[in-house]
Amino acid sequence: MLTILFDGIAYGMLLFVLACGLAVTLGLMNFVNLAHGAFAMAGGYVTVVMVNRWGVPFFAALPLAFLFSAVIGLLFERTLYVHVYRKPHLDQVLFTIGLVFMSVAAVDFVMGSQQVFVQLPSWLEGQFTVFGVGIGRYRLLIIVICGVLTVGLQLVLSRTRFGSRLRAAVDDARVARGLGINVNRVFALTFAFGSGLAGLGGALGAEILGLDPIFPLKFMIYFLIVVTVGGTSSITGPFLASLLLGIGDVAGKYYVPTFGSFVIYTIMIVVLIWRPQGLFARPVGR
Amino acid sequence: MKAYKWMAALSAAAIGALAAGHAGAQETVKVGLIVSMTGQQASTGKQIKAAVELYQKQNGDAVAGKKVQVILRDSGSVPDNTKRLAQELIVNDKVNIIAGFEITPAALAVAPLATEAKVPAVVMAAGTSIITERSPYIVRTSFTVPQSCVIIADWAVKNGIKKVVTIVSDYAPGFDAEKSFTERFTGAGGQVAQAIRVPLANPDFAPFLQRAADAKPDAIFIFVPSGQGGTFMKQYTERGLDKAGIKLIGPGDVTDDDLLPNMGDAAIGTVTAHFYSADHNSPKNKTFVEAFTKAAGFRPNFMALGGYDGMHLIYEALKKTGGKADGDSLITAMKGMKWESPRGPIQIDPETRDIIQNVYIRKVEKKAGSLYNVEFATFEAVKDPVKAAKK
Amino acid sequence: MLLARLSQEEVTGRLVGRAHWHPLEVLFWVAAFATIWLFPSKHLILTEIAWLALFALSLDLILGYAGIVSLGHAAFFGFGAYTAALLAKHEIINEPVIALVVAGLAASALGFVTSFLVLRGTDLTRIMVTLGVAFVLREIANQNGWLTGGADGLQGVTMKPILGQFRFDMFGHNGYVYCLVVLFVLFLLARRIVNSPFGLSLQSIRNNPLRASAIGINVNARLIAIYTIAAGYAGIAGALLAQTQAFASLAYFDFERSADLLLVLVIGGTGYLYGGIIGAVVFKFMHDYLAVLTPQYWPFWIGLLLVVLVMVGRERITGWTAPFRRMADRLDWRRLRPRGETTEGR
Repeated sequence: MLTILFDGIAYGMLLFVLACGLAVTLGLMNFVNLAHGAFAMAGGYVTVVMVNRWGVPFFAALPLAFLFSAVIGLLFERTLYVHVYRKPHLDQVLFTIGLVFMSVAAVDFVMGSQQVFVQLPSWLEGQFTVFGVGIGRYRLLIIVICGVLTVGLQLVLSRTRFGSRLRAAVDDARVARGLGINVNRVFALTFAFGSGLAGLGGALGAEILGLDPIFPLKFMIYFLIVVTVGGTSSITGPFLASLLLGIGDVAGKYYVPTFGSFVIYTIMIVVLIWRPQGLFARPVGR
Repeated sequence: MKAYKWMAALSAAAIGALAAGHAGAQETVKVGLIVSMTGQQASTGKQIKAAVELYQKQNGDAVAGKKVQVILRDSGSVPDNTKRLAQELIVNDKVNIIAGFEITPAALAVAPLATEAKVPAVVMAAGTSIITERSPYIVRTSFTVPQSCVIIADWAVKNGIKKVVTIVSDYAPGFDAEKSFTERFTGAGGQVAQAIRVPLANPDFAPFLQRAADAKPDAIFIFVPSGQGGTFMKQYTERGLDKAGIKLIGPGDVTDDDLLPNMGDAAIGTVTAHFYSADHNSPKNKTFVEAFTKAAGFRPNFMALGGYDGMHLIYEALKKTGGKADGDSLITAMKGMKWESPRGPIQIDPETRDIIQNVYIRKVEKKAGSLYNVEFATFEAVKDPVKAAKK
Repeated sequence: MLLARLSQEEVTGRLVGRAHWHPLEVLFWVAAFATIWLFPSKHLILTEIAWLALFALSLDLILGYAGIVSLGHAAFFGFGAYTAALLAKHEIINEPVIALVVAGLAASALGFVTSFLVLRGTDLTRIMVTLGVAFVLREIANQNGWLTGGADGLQGVTMKPILGQFRFDMFGHNGYVYCLVVLFVLFLLARRIVNSPFGLSLQSIRNNPLRASAIGINVNARLIAIYTIAAGYAGIAGALLAQTQAFASLAYFDFERSADLLLVLVIGGTGYLYGGIIGAVVFKFMHDYLAVLTPQYWPFWIGLLLVVLVMVGRERITGWTAPFRRMADRLDWRRLRPRGETTEGR
């Protein structure tokens, strides 16, 4: 019972780390980035290569995965994405789907199409029991890392100068520009950071979600659900949405296995009809 | 890169035909190979493609005075693509044989075509029992799922496993696996506590495994299609089920040689029944594995064998017909064909056109730093139990 | 201003003039029908093109004419396909043409019901809702294996001859003629629709919904209407595929199918009826060529094409279709756009 709840929370936390970069991108530049999962995949594969082939310790590989995806994100943002911001949503969708297709084929070419896994240190495998609740060691690690990240993110956003600039830019980019905030730079940094987080999520999630070349396609819908249901005006919205989704998904499969993922999509549609701006969005229309 | 190789082979074939000064069409036997090179089942397609290429490299591309030309098409793991591509290959490219078919729905979809066009369809992967019954022109060189399932059921009963939870993928081979295992197992006094079906696409096994664990069985019987065994194994260990003393049994798809080296030590001790392991101890297999790994860069799995033996079957049938490549002659030649494959002795059942082969019981062990399915018992010349029971 | 100078007769005259057939259009369709005799060996891929063109036409009706971005149009496609396949399998309706109409109506009904979901919200919300609808339908089809065959696809469908006369042959000859005729008939209908005042009011909604409603256009009613029609078109396209293949599978609902469709439409150009058809021709031949050339990595090239298309600018690349576009817009209302909407007010 509680084990299911625990699993759901871990799953939700993982989704949050994977998707929160997307939330910021969408909120900040009103940019629909369907290729977000590709950055997560990059992080995942880099971890696999480092840990399995080069023998880098798992914990050293995590920050490297973050860096790798962040750098790639920055590179793409500066060279490609920047030209697409002002285009209509249709163009953005096409452009990012194109990137997804390319990344899928490229990874298939370089890494092969079979699923790969990160070789974890053995003390992270298995489960221990506390008061009759089975706690997976690895899931616990995910919860801890993601929890720390979430708190850190919240602090950065609410307490630092960069955070207030970012919030200002999200609220009204034009006025923020007028106040002398370099919105482009804020955005580039945020994009890189979001991609880095996705990469970290991919590295952490490889173990649970499985990693293969079609990863960005398989999980794209989940990221989008998190963002649309959670709204893009804050970090807490997507966070709560991730938890809801994680717990709903795991519990749904446990209790009503025949309905499978049906529950999730139905919930999403209902929420979007009820509150098109997202469940936790502030009621201001922009 | 690979594309160039095909192009090269193609143009070589064309030039060869010209040089010989014959009417090219009569001298070439075309094999339309339809497998998934992209999408969910892409790894299966790559195994088969590599095996087919290897066979042609080892045996040349000419047999019985004919040039054998393989035309590769990507089904994208989508059955209706397979059907359309088969139709195009038959109608436009005038292929003599179609082959491949990574999943059951794909094989079922082409069955009516094979019948109508009288073109032999060599099933190199899909494993549902009924496939060969759908058309008199279908021959199978892979396996049937029940072949392994009844063997592992027997083994489970003999080894003191009394209560089992079955977990299968929610499609035809899964139902086949569930049914054949359950019938044999309960028939011998075993108990199936729960039968769980997981969606075929994008599976997350954790909640289903938790459900299975809560039933406290002696063992979990698992069938997933080739390529999904890794996730399952990871989540099985993650639940600590291995430590809780719940054994893992099933047909060999879950400890697929393609994924096994990646699964980690948790897989050690898993007992499966299957028709091929890269570790199979025979000189023929040693050479095969070595050549395959060298050419493809990865270890052959059971899908590769389906492709390799499929090509062998096509070559031998052509030899027997003396190069006659019409559907009826080929099918007649294929029936009852017997040979020594890297997997052991195999035969095409003259009545059902299905494969008869040895099924081995294997245990995952570490050998020279890598994981292998090590065979420790053999059941010889196993026929498809579903069709055998119908008689 | 300009409009004030146009009398009702003149407006009607312009509308009628716009609906006139240009010689190029006639040539286009003559060429299309000539393929029946000219390229008998290509009928299989041409069949694919025909239903894909119809499917793209359907998306163009809502995207190009009404401005609704959808990533789940495969929902109606799949629904129509399963309807047609099930009707044939259980021998409820044995005549393919009638079954086709029924499948179209069924998909329309579904379109009508779900149209209320896309009335509200931003592009993103619409994308997600349409995606969600397609996923839900896919799950329903997956879960009800007793009816749909689940992940194995719907096996054992046998199609009866068209009009009791023409059998679906293995070479796809009859199937192609059938698809082409259906495409042509539905194209005529769509042409009639977009050139009617209703069609023009849709374009005014796409350009500026607020202003459209300010001049008395019932925005929601019109969006619902066009969404319903488009869903019917998509359903018929799906039914054509199911009938020519005698098969239906879950892949019909896949996201990839909706995404490919967007690509088709964008290659041909949105907002004019020939866009979908031209896009289907180009996309299919290109896809086929790439998939034969490099069976493993063709998605890379498709992806690259998308990226380049957007980077260079869709307008510039699809500029080659300009003659067709001009032809369709011969009496270009863009020049008169501010007045275009007011045709409704009369």
